[in-house]
Amino acid sequence: MTSAARTLLERVWDAHIVEHAATGDDLLYIDLHLVHEASSPQAFDGLTASGRRLRRPDLTLGVEDHNVPTASLRLADPLSRLQVEALRRNCAVHKVELFRLGDPRQGIVHVVAPEQGYVRPGMTIVCGDSHTSTLGAFGALAFGVGSSDVEHILATQTLPLARPEAMAVEFTGRLPEGATAKDMILALLAEVGANGAHGHVIEYRGSPIGALSMEERMTLCNMSVEVGARAGLIAPDETTFDYLASRPHVPGDVQWDTALEYWRTLRSDDEAVFNRTVTLDVSRLTPHVTWGTNPGQAVPLSGAVPDPELISDSVERASARRALAYMGLRPGTLMTDIDIDVIFIGSCTNGRLADLRAAAQVLRGRRVADGVRMLVVPGSGQIRRAAEEEGLDRVFQEAGAQWRLPGCSMCMGMNEDRLEGAERCASTSNRNYEGRQGPRARTHLVSPAVAAATAVLGRLASPADLS
Amino acid sequence: MKPIIEHVGRAAVLRRSGVDTDQIVPAEFCKRLTKTGYDDVLFHTWRRDPDFELNDQRRAGATVLITGPDFGTGSSREHAVWALRDWGFAVVLATSFGDIFRRNALKNGLLAVALPEDVVGRLSDLAERDAALEIRTDLRRREVRAGSLTHSFDIDQRARRLLMAGLDEIDNTLDRGKAIEAYERGRAPWMPTVRPAASADVPVGGRE
Repeated sequence: MTSAARTLLERVWDAHIVEHAATGDDLLYIDLHLVHEASSPQAFDGLTASGRRLRRPDLTLGVEDHNVPTASLRLADPLSRLQVEALRRNCAVHKVELFRLGDPRQGIVHVVAPEQGYVRPGMTIVCGDSHTSTLGAFGALAFGVGSSDVEHILATQTLPLARPEAMAVEFTGRLPEGATAKDMILALLAEVGANGAHGHVIEYRGSPIGALSMEERMTLCNMSVEVGARAGLIAPDETTFDYLASRPHVPGDVQWDTALEYWRTLRSDDEAVFNRTVTLDVSRLTPHVTWGTNPGQAVPLSGAVPDPELISDSVERASARRALAYMGLRPGTLMTDIDIDVIFIGSCTNGRLADLRAAAQVLRGRRVADGVRMLVVPGSGQIRRAAEEEGLDRVFQEAGAQWRLPGCSMCMGMNEDRLEGAERCASTSNRNYEGRQGPRARTHLVSPAVAAATAVLGRLASPADLS
Repeated sequence: MKPIIEHVGRAAVLRRSGVDTDQIVPAEFCKRLTKTGYDDVLFHTWRRDPDFELNDQRRAGATVLITGPDFGTGSSREHAVWALRDWGFAVVLATSFGDIFRRNALKNGLLAVALPEDVVGRLSDLAERDAALEIRTDLRRREVRAGSLTHSFDIDQRARRLLMAGLDEIDNTLDRGKAIEAYERGRAPWMPTVRPAASADVPVGGRE
C-alpha cells in the first residue's frame, strides 16, 4: 500500500485486492453478491454443470423483482414463472436467502438490499444488473455484471478486474426548490452524454451532495450507468451513518464503533488526482425531462425539442432524427406542450418513500387527468407499508392512480406492466430506450414531482405549473 | 472456450450511435433460461423493418459488425452477446462500447474492438461499397486489415491472453484458492452476512 494521496475509489479498491495479477489487473474480493431471476439462471446452470460449489452462500442474497406482477401475487405468465421457479430452486439447493414474491422484505433488489442494512460503506457489491450502481450512494463500490461474471462470483466470491479510472463530478451551488436529485443526474447526462463516462467510476462531490438524503443519493448513483460509468460513489458521512443505524441488520455495538471509525476514513484525499473532472453548478437547476431515446437526450422542462439538423456530427444527427421519428416529436415543440397517456412512479431510481411522498404532495386534493393512466409502484414491501401508514396510498387512489405491489414493474418490459402500442409515458425510471416500456412505447424520464404534476394536467408539467 | 488468434470475415455495417442492449435483445426475450438460441431475437424490433441493415441479403453470412459509438450500452444482459454470437458475429468494431457489454463479449469469445472514429468511418465506407470485402482482425498483431487499410488497436493484456489461450477464467481463479482464503481470514468483522431478520416482519429502527 502506498502513502500517496488516494481517491475514495482507490481506497475501497485497495482494501479488496486478493492479489495482483501479472497482467496488471487485480483479483477483487466481493463482499456481497445480489442475484435476481433474470440474470442468474445461466450462471447457476454453469456452476452445476461444472460441478463447482457456491463459495459463500452467506454473502449472497436472492430477490425476485424483474418478472413479478404488481397487480396481484399471482405469477400468471408461464415464462416468468419458469424463471422465478429456477431462482427458487437454485437458492434452495445452494442455501441462499431469498426474498420471494409476497415476502414482506421483497422488492427491487437495489432498494431492499440497503433497506435491510446489507449495504455498508467500503464494501464491494456486485449484481447481474447494471443498476447495482445505486448502492454507491453508501460509499460502497457497487457495479453490474453479466451472467458469466455472476457465475464467476458464485464459484469464487471474486472477480478479476482492471482498475477503472476515477472521475470527479463536482456539484457546486445550492439546489433550488423544485429541483431534485433526478434533475441533477439528467442535467449531468445532458452535459456529458450517455456513455460519456465509460471506463470510469464517478465520485459525486461538493456541498449539494452533502445536502442530499440517502434516498436522493441513491437516485443519483442509480443513473451513473446511464452516464456510462462502471459505478458511482459518494463518500459516507453522518447522513449515511444515521441511515445505517436504523436498519434491521447493522453491526452490533462493538463492531459498530470499529466500523464507524473506518467508515470515517472513506473519502478522497484533498491531494488525490482524478483522471477527469466535470463541474456542474446546480444553483439555477430546474426540472429536466428527456425528449429522445437515450438518457443523455435531456433538456430543461421549460425548453423545447431540439433540432437534429443543428447537430454537427453526422452519426449523432442521424440518431437524433431517428429518436424524434420514434418519439413522434417535431423540433421546436415546447416540452410542456407534449401530451402524456401514462404516468409511472416507481423503479430503483425513484421508487423509495421520499419519492412517493414528493408525488403525493403534488397529487393531494387533485385528480389524475381524464384519459391518463397512472401506476404508483413502491420499490419494496417495507416502503409500501410505510407509505400506507402515512396514508399515501389513499392520496394516490383518491386521485385516480393505481396503488401497486412492489417490483420493477414498468421500468422495462419483462412483466405485465407495459405500455400499449405507441403510448407516451412520463416515467420516473432510468431508461428511455426504444421499446423499453413496450415494443413501440415512448418514454420521457422525469422526477416524481414532475410525474405527478404531469398526471394532473395530462401534459408534461412541473408542480409550479399547477398553481 | 476456443482460442482465437485472428478472425477473417465479411462485414455488416450499422451506422448508428448508442445501440443499447435493449435494442440488441429486448427484455421480453431475457426470460429464457439458456445461453444459446438467441439468433432469432437479435435486433428483434429493428429486423421487422425490411430496410434494416441486417436484412440485406448481400450481408448474409457477415461475421464482422461495424458500428458507431457507444455500442452495447445500458442493461447488463449477456443475452446481447449471446445473440450476436448465435447470429454468427465473431467481431464487433465500434468507436466505443458500454463497459459491461465489452466485458461480457470477452467472456464469450466475441471480439469487441474499439477503433478511432475516422477508422470506423473508412471501414464502413469500404464495407458498404463491397459486400465481399474481407476484414481481418488479428489479435497477435493487434491490428485490423481490410483492403488497403491497416490499423492497430489497443486491447488489454488480460483480455488478449484469455482470448488467445481460450482460458476458463473460473478455473484460473479457483487455482488462487489459497490467496482467497487468506484474504477472507482478514476481512473486517462488521462486514454483513446474509441471514434471516430477527422477526418475520421487518423490524424498523434500533441496532442489534
